[in-house]
Amino acid sequence: MADKQVIKRAKYKSSVKDPGVAGVLKLNLERFVFMPNDPKSTTKLNVEFRMIKGHKFTKEGSKQALLNLTQDQGVNYIFEFDSFADRDVCREFVATAISYHTESGRGVPEKSAAPVNDEQLSRAETERRIKLLQENSELQALHKQFVFGGILTDAEFWATRKKLLDQNDTRKPKQRIALKNEMWTVKPLSDGQSNRVTFNLTPEIIHQIFAEKPAVRQAYLNFVPNKDHGLLPDEAKDVLDSQYEPYRRSFAQDLNQHAAVVLQGRVVDVELGDTRSVAEALARTKQAELSDEISNRNLEKELSDRISRIAEIEDLQGPRDPAVAPLSIKDPRDYFDSQQANALKALRDAGSGTKPLKSSVSSREAYRSLRDPDSDLRVMGLREPIMDQEVAIKVLNGLTQTISSTKLHLGNNPHESVLDRLPKATRDELLHHWTSVQELLKHFWSSYPITTKYLYTKVGRLKEAMSQVYPKLQEIKESVLSDYRHQVSLLVHPMLQALDAAFAHYDADVQKRSAKTGERPNGFVQ
Amino acid sequence: MKFQIEDVTVYFPYDNIYPEQYAYMVELKRALDAKGHCLLEMPTGTGKTIALLSLITSYVLSKPSNPVKLLYCTRTVHEMEKTLAELKFLHNYQVKILGPSARILALGLSSRKNLCVNPSVVSAENRDSVDAACRKLTASWVRALAVENPNIPTCEFFENYEKAASDAVLPPGVYTLQDLRAFGKAKGWCPYFLARHMVQFANVVVYSYQYLLDPKVAGIISKEMQRESVVVFDEAHNIDNVCIEALSVSVRRQTLEGATRNLNRMSQEIERLKATDAGRLRSEYNRLVEGLAQRGNLPLTDAWFANPALPDDILKEAVPGNIRRAEHFLSVLRRLVQYFKGRLQTENVEKEGPVTFVASINAQVGIDQKMLRFCYDRLHSLLLTLEITDTDEFLHIQTICDLATLVGTYTRGFSIIIEPFDERMPHIPDPVLQLCCHDASLAIKPVFERFQSVVITSGTLSPIDLYPRLLNFNPVVSRSFTMSLTRDCICPMVLTRGSDQLPVSTKYDLRSDPGVEKNYGKLLLEMVSVVPDGIVCFFVSYSYMDGIVNSWHESGILKEIMQHKLVFIETQDVVETTLALDNYRRACDCGRGAVFFSVARGKVAEGIDFDRHYGRLVIMFGVPFQYTLSRILLARLEYLRETFQIKEGDFLTFDALRQAAQCVGRVIRSKADYGMMIFADKRYSRHDKRSKLPGWILSHLRDAHLNLSTDMAVHIAREFLRRMAQPYDNTGAMGKRTLLSEEDLEKMVNGVTEMLF
Repeated sequence: MADKQVIKRAKYKSSVKDPGVAGVLKLNLERFVFMPNDPKSTTKLNVEFRMIKGHKFTKEGSKQALLNLTQDQGVNYIFEFDSFADRDVCREFVATAISYHTESGRGVPEKSAAPVNDEQLSRAETERRIKLLQENSELQALHKQFVFGGILTDAEFWATRKKLLDQNDTRKPKQRIALKNEMWTVKPLSDGQSNRVTFNLTPEIIHQIFAEKPAVRQAYLNFVPNKDHGLLPDEAKDVLDSQYEPYRRSFAQDLNQHAAVVLQGRVVDVELGDTRSVAEALARTKQAELSDEISNRNLEKELSDRISRIAEIEDLQGPRDPAVAPLSIKDPRDYFDSQQANALKALRDAGSGTKPLKSSVSSREAYRSLRDPDSDLRVMGLREPIMDQEVAIKVLNGLTQTISSTKLHLGNNPHESVLDRLPKATRDELLHHWTSVQELLKHFWSSYPITTKYLYTKVGRLKEAMSQVYPKLQEIKESVLSDYRHQVSLLVHPMLQALDAAFAHYDADVQKRSAKTGERPNGFVQ
Repeated sequence: MKFQIEDVTVYFPYDNIYPEQYAYMVELKRALDAKGHCLLEMPTGTGKTIALLSLITSYVLSKPSNPVKLLYCTRTVHEMEKTLAELKFLHNYQVKILGPSARILALGLSSRKNLCVNPSVVSAENRDSVDAACRKLTASWVRALAVENPNIPTCEFFENYEKAASDAVLPPGVYTLQDLRAFGKAKGWCPYFLARHMVQFANVVVYSYQYLLDPKVAGIISKEMQRESVVVFDEAHNIDNVCIEALSVSVRRQTLEGATRNLNRMSQEIERLKATDAGRLRSEYNRLVEGLAQRGNLPLTDAWFANPALPDDILKEAVPGNIRRAEHFLSVLRRLVQYFKGRLQTENVEKEGPVTFVASINAQVGIDQKMLRFCYDRLHSLLLTLEITDTDEFLHIQTICDLATLVGTYTRGFSIIIEPFDERMPHIPDPVLQLCCHDASLAIKPVFERFQSVVITSGTLSPIDLYPRLLNFNPVVSRSFTMSLTRDCICPMVLTRGSDQLPVSTKYDLRSDPGVEKNYGKLLLEMVSVVPDGIVCFFVSYSYMDGIVNSWHESGILKEIMQHKLVFIETQDVVETTLALDNYRRACDCGRGAVFFSVARGKVAEGIDFDRHYGRLVIMFGVPFQYTLSRILLARLEYLRETFQIKEGDFLTFDALRQAAQCVGRVIRSKADYGMMIFADKRYSRHDKRSKLPGWILSHLRDAHLNLSTDMAVHIAREFLRRMAQPYDNTGAMGKRTLLSEEDLEKMVNGVTEMLF
């Protein structure tokens, strides 16, 4: 990763308004270097990323593609790029570099303490992990806490997140944004008085035109100079017309092309605002498609073969074994009700199976069954009343109040939850503990049964960490105001329960082990 | 399953059979027994092909003493592959049941374009250039030269095939074109020549109509076939048109200019040859004295397309003396081209018969009928002598000679029509001289004469009694089968009025009425919002389609249609249309839904299935009559009236309705499938039109659906789709039996026959 480098043309600006000095910006993980085009110029930069604390950038579609790197003492480095695409490349790189430095800055002393990572990671893998951490601050916090805290190794941490990594790996296509199925027609708006006509072109329309009319896209790329989106000079127009000639198309062809483009949806992953990058991206995808097509030709042939091979008439085939009755559910609710009834019936059948009900009871037997509790009462004595009325009413009132108060405060507002009403600090702390307990428990339970020494030490580490969390949870419960105490304890309770269960399991396991080792004093030592 | 039809044990690769398939086999078997021709109409989606293949292969297996060969003709390469795939399935089954004795050799035969595996040859863009590229590498003189000079390229596949000589055979089995190519590649043999060689030994040959009907092709490919063959024309509803096209030629200015260029090139070659190798010209002269029959001895690769005319005696006659010498022949051709040029100068439309035309050629440029008759063969002999391989460059002069031979051979059934411009575009001069054949029976006559059984079958052959008259033959069996259905899975409707209750029609006076265009648009708009997945629309012509789609676009109807479905359209460009179809299918597959605009009589209407979700509704906008002002059509109608006593109106209606039926029939391809058909024209409600639709459509056309307006049609469509969405029970438990098992068939044979029909 350290040798990775990005070089882009950019202008260095002392402020946003400043016209800037044109030059070349070189970025690598350690530092960034700016060399002005004019060798006599004195504005050269050579700054280490260690010093950079953050970066800001302008939104895509705004006037300038700016990137602003901020240093500790309020020093800013502003760069303007030719295109947003360039800027984004640099922006991403800078983000990686900064996080690399901040992380290593904090992580380095602990890293030696952390278990040695014997996993050889490819650079791509590392980058992906770093990216994931950057995208997800919660994950980052967890990672920091456990991996740098020495409780889990990096590999262990990621092992439970394989899915996350894989997903990124296959680069599951995001849902494509559809295009409007509307043919763009040249219907200029005219106010009827002046000679002025207005075309209303939105970025979306421009994208669609580029996608449907490759000739226009090509002409745009060829003739529209960078950064100048104005009208074409006359000379260029003539060339364009002659270039355009072979692409004159009939309405029918337009119709087909339009439908094909709409069917394909938006294939480019570029913000629509920048016309040039849209055109370029479309040109690129087209190229890629063409090369794909050539390699796919054989595939298609095979496909057509397969289709012709299954030219069989299914209707005429005999029943396939095993014959399966078609499931025809007309009303799903009916179906499930009936299923439930069946299940209940089965359950009842099973229950009565173990304790058969006696259908014919003699009066003697009936009497005996009534007599038994009666004699019990005589022995134990009867307390009258069974419970103190006042105590009962108090408990009842208390319960109804808490329930109704929560209900009262929250109402039916679905956007508000109990958590939102807690003080921010408490809430954050709770959430943090919640995630870390989850993480720890996940690792804890996945380590059982303990088959290797490695797992044994890991469980030990995890138990240690959990027992540190435990008192903290108790603290939270006690520290909050009485108003919230009930709710907080409701939230904390399951966490504590889960931890208790883990501890119990741990203790039982340890006992079992020591019993085993006790039997074999000279045997296997953990 | 296995069952008896009289003395034949039929091996059918499925566990059940549709009753109509069984009936079809019975009729076919009787035709084979009688060694006669037959005409069978059976709806699409009832497994016609497999029934036919099973019966004929089983027939051969039951009577090993009488090895009947099956020549199966399809219209497209796609259908060829599909038929072979079904045959392969059947063959596997028969071999499994009967063991190796059931093995047969079956193969498809197509042009070099579809069979060539030499990458440098097959990359050429069309059939003619592939043929020419092949000749450049495989012509006998090229190969002779290559022996001396290794720098001259040859085709390794052909050389290997030649080297293998008699060892180059296909083992028994069923070979699709794809299989042939794979086999050729694996062995290093040329699949095209291998297939052409193996055709004479194969039990089943699947190829295109042209191989039997176009005399130019049939002469070389099919002349070896024995009389004991069964010829099948599948999807044969247009067979009369194929026959006519095979014998029609048209000549334009470009043709004549090209022909002049060809002649110049040939005369240069002759001069060169005179200087270098005069002996070759002399030997050609001697060969021609002996007659054209000698051609049979030519090397395989040098064979050219045979004479377009058919009488056998032409081969035995000697070539007339005055065209034997190359220079003389060239000057005859020059005079002929000059004569055609003169004729094209005309300001008026001219029409004459072959006899007057030949007489006028003789009077003006002194070429008699016999010379004309030999033009085609004489030209090819010359091209061979001159060792010209780029035959695709010489298509123009070949066209001229083709025409000359045809007018020199036939005295009736043809007419020559010269038009100075297209009727529809009178301001653009585009003179054309057409030799039109009016008599479909001319091209197919030799097929009926040569082969013992000819089977003509299709989903639409109505009215079935017209075909024997058009093709001039006597079928021993002529039947139309209906379709047995467990549910009414097709829903034909006749829509006569738009949403404003005004009549809709593509009749000449209503055609460009904006009200009709709007009503048609509204109909489609309503339908796209109701019908799921794919909808196919057929229009009567390209120009009408372009016009109406443009007007929909301008009025905003198209935009509204697009809110529901994607719109694709057939164009005259094949590649573009293929791409559009591909996208259409993808849109249907992914659930987006799409509409396909297409043209009756177009490529799509003829060859593409819109089964299952690819077509839940077909709308036929208008009645697809032929362009009735066309002189060719008028001449044909006149001929039909005079020769076969077929009335003009009858023929036109028959022709239009078979096209319409063909279009709407695309929607259903199996019994599990379902689809609606809307005939949107008030003329369909008239009995004389409607009755010409095939029986299987008519039987589902309810009286209540004969005179609908848009709103009623939408209502019916809704109801129909809801009904069809219910689970489908193919066993027919509801009382209608549509599947027969082995026991059912046995019961039927043992007395309870005809319970279904």
